[in-house]
Amino acid sequence: MTTFTNIPKHVEEELEKWTLTPSRRNFLKSAGLLVVSFSAAGTGSLVTPVNAQTPAGSQGAGAYHDPDFHQLDSWIVIHEDNTATFYVGKTDCGQGTGTSFRQLMSDELDMAYDKTTCIMGSTDITVDQGGSGGSTAMERDAWPMRRAAAEARRVLLEMGSARLGVPVDQLAVNAGVIAAKADPSKSVTYGQLVGGKRFNVTLTGNNVNAATGMAKVKPVGEYKIVGQSPQRYDIPAKVDGSLKWAVDVKLPGMVHARNVKPPVAGAKVIGIDESSVRGLPGFVKVVSKGNYVAVVCEREEQAIKGAKQLKVNWEKPATAPFPSSEELFQYMRGATPTSSSKPIVVGNPDTAFTSAATVIEADYDIPFQGHTAISPAHAMADPSNGQMTIYSNDMKSYGMRRGVATFLGMPQDQVRVVWMEGPQGFGRTAADDAGCEAAYIAKEIGRPVRVQWMRDEETAWDTKAPAFAVKVRGGLDAAGNLVAYDYNARAADYNHLGYNEPDTVLIAQLMGVRRSTPAAGSAATPSDMYAIPHRRMSSQVVGLPLLWETPVRTGNLRDPNGPQSTFASESFIDELAAAAKADPLEFRMKMLKAGTDDDGAFRRARSIAVLKTVAETYDWDYRPSPKPRGSGDILTGRGVAYAFRNQTVVAEIVEVEVNRRTGHVWVKRLVCAHDCGLIVNPEALRHTVECAMLHSVSRTLHEEVQFNTEKVTSTDWNSYPTLTHADTPERIDVVLVNGDPNPKRSDLAPYGAGETACKPLLAAIANAIYDATGVRLRRVPFRPARVLAALETARV
Amino acid sequence: MSNIALKVNGRIHALDVDASTPLLYILRNDLSLQGPRFGCGLGQCGACTVIVNGAAIRSCVTPVSAVKSEITTLEGLAKDGKLHPLQQAWIDEQVPQCGFCQNGQIMTAKALLDKNPHPNDAQSREGMNRTLCRCMTYYRVQAAIKRGAKMIADTHAAAEKEVVA
Repeated sequence: MTTFTNIPKHVEEELEKWTLTPSRRNFLKSAGLLVVSFSAAGTGSLVTPVNAQTPAGSQGAGAYHDPDFHQLDSWIVIHEDNTATFYVGKTDCGQGTGTSFRQLMSDELDMAYDKTTCIMGSTDITVDQGGSGGSTAMERDAWPMRRAAAEARRVLLEMGSARLGVPVDQLAVNAGVIAAKADPSKSVTYGQLVGGKRFNVTLTGNNVNAATGMAKVKPVGEYKIVGQSPQRYDIPAKVDGSLKWAVDVKLPGMVHARNVKPPVAGAKVIGIDESSVRGLPGFVKVVSKGNYVAVVCEREEQAIKGAKQLKVNWEKPATAPFPSSEELFQYMRGATPTSSSKPIVVGNPDTAFTSAATVIEADYDIPFQGHTAISPAHAMADPSNGQMTIYSNDMKSYGMRRGVATFLGMPQDQVRVVWMEGPQGFGRTAADDAGCEAAYIAKEIGRPVRVQWMRDEETAWDTKAPAFAVKVRGGLDAAGNLVAYDYNARAADYNHLGYNEPDTVLIAQLMGVRRSTPAAGSAATPSDMYAIPHRRMSSQVVGLPLLWETPVRTGNLRDPNGPQSTFASESFIDELAAAAKADPLEFRMKMLKAGTDDDGAFRRARSIAVLKTVAETYDWDYRPSPKPRGSGDILTGRGVAYAFRNQTVVAEIVEVEVNRRTGHVWVKRLVCAHDCGLIVNPEALRHTVECAMLHSVSRTLHEEVQFNTEKVTSTDWNSYPTLTHADTPERIDVVLVNGDPNPKRSDLAPYGAGETACKPLLAAIANAIYDATGVRLRRVPFRPARVLAALETARV
Repeated sequence: MSNIALKVNGRIHALDVDASTPLLYILRNDLSLQGPRFGCGLGQCGACTVIVNGAAIRSCVTPVSAVKSEITTLEGLAKDGKLHPLQQAWIDEQVPQCGFCQNGQIMTAKALLDKNPHPNDAQSREGMNRTLCRCMTYYRVQAAIKRGAKMIADTHAAAEKEVVA
């Protein structure tokens, strides 16, 4: 069995003691034992855990100081056996970023990859790099890691020079061994120089992203481990069952809590009849404040039963909290905006429309879609010694620490978050909410408590990607050139939730906390990809009637607005191509924006490369869509779409089969040409891109949060269906086109790769369905009933 | 509370628990076998899958008292410190993203291959269809099943060769 995990060793050792407990009886008996504390007071304890004996279930006393990013020792520890541990302030949402950090840092340090390990995201022992978000792992956050590792190598070479009596420029380093070039028998290992000791080297830089020593990072051409595909280190423990996840944490004396959510959105607690659960075996307490209610029991199944059984008298709100999901888009189009963006206007679109030969217009609707994590939100909080430790998979562990401290009114240095692996999280998930809930209950009852949401809570109450209602108009001249363009988006995104905000986490809302100014939210306009002489892009945000304590709440979900806006913009480009009777790929190529600035030109060159590559890989047949309709039950078609996010450029082609009798759509083949600059781990990148595309297939074909005028009715995997094995594509090709077309640029930088591949796919599918059937679908998701109705209307 | 004996991964455990408790919580909380995981509590996603009598069952909706035969969990697949071929195939294909559902994917695939050692694509998709992955690793799961099936067949062939020799 693999025992290696990437949680801190002292935490792992502590958890091991308790997870091996064979039965509940032993479990309870063992609660009287003494255990080794896993306090880690500052970075000094990175090498050797503090061995103070403290009572069971206790965390050590003393403040949790912030590891100082200015100290090289906060980033790298070299051990006597010539191995190294890297400490990074990042978390992983399942893309294997830890492996890539290790590759970059091992390469800079000149150590063998398999002699290093990486610990991520626990607030008391890794510097605050914010956790995850925005696909910044390689693009931004790996830079200080690379510079710290380069600095460590520089310092080690100086130490080696002093030890061997050989000038630095006459030394070579290989796999953590420094040797004289002239006489390799004269050598010393990193471990011999600094093993188990501190570097005591101070870095400079005003913020963590700027942290640097005196050493320069290596030119990309000198990397040996970067660009290889070592297998992800986290995977073996995930397939043999040995990994300890945040959901697995147990401590002596721990109890279980389950929430009792309002049965109707906006309902108020009038009374709680605690006698309805007091007699239950294992009952501990009903914890409630305002409209937040939870039942705490000794055992998990008891808490589940208790939460179901507790009698709460709820008062329904006087007015409907929201329109039904069927009426949503009508409501959004008629609502008074809470804010409007300043339109982006180029040329004179109004005049251009009046002189256009052909004008077309279309509306696109994208519903609320959920994270709906495979594991409902959870956290374990330990309140011992007047402090608070939260074991969580939240991707922003540092934010959770700040949020929980403020929410509980505790000094921040008495709170820490130990990040552990959890279900996929692509943005602001309910893991944030669960963290504050566990901490609150733990403080109330003075015992470690594990909170987990049930499936219906997760699906109904987790934050959602905002719904979009988009209107686009385009004008073609007589030659079929796009000369006028007007894009307007409306997003239901008012009061968009940030991460770990102590005044907007769900428990705070339910307790009656109200922020005076709700977050404005946003409605994205598409990336400015095409050179259209006269164009206008504008957007508005609207809100639903119930602003607080609502299950229909929005937060970031994987490229927060990109899939929605790109569905509309890249579908419409296809509609224009069809109106111009042009091949949709050629129509795009002709309009690629020729930026005059360096960034724009760089992106354009790479955009052309990805579009050409995707066409070649798919063997694209250049012709207008739709193709002549087939005669059988199964109609096939192909569609293309393209997008960028910052400097990551992606072109995708989808091949579909549409069953004209059932309306079932099968995405049979996916091709992606992807350019994200420097690639650290090609295989891990390919896998990330594959899954990002399939995530979008799921969103396009299946996913919609549905609700009536009282509550969310999507509450499980039947009422919130997703892509399944049966509809997995037959073939997926991911071509990594990464390269710098400008030979004068010295080094290719890495750009984010976690989200861009999600963006164009919704439109690519719609475009492929149009190619197959001649029917344009403008309302996501394309479930069979909706597709069939559209086909029947068009008499396909 | 009832006295219940459970045989899991070759070991017998005596328990004093409420007989209606779903097996999942007993495995996770009393026996510290945390390969099976809570995903929905409704038998819809498969994250809690264990194998009983050769069948992949959903432990979140199975009362502990209903289980009369030996239970195999993810932790019980490896033999003598060697991973089951399917687990090795999962590593070779680098299947997981977050990995939270992979218990269900691997255990369901194991039961599938035990019944049908060489499923065609349609059978493999159908057999796995109710086992959900929110990271959408389905494409690699399907590849790993093919690879695992071949590894198992090769192991059997090698064993037969040995017997003949």
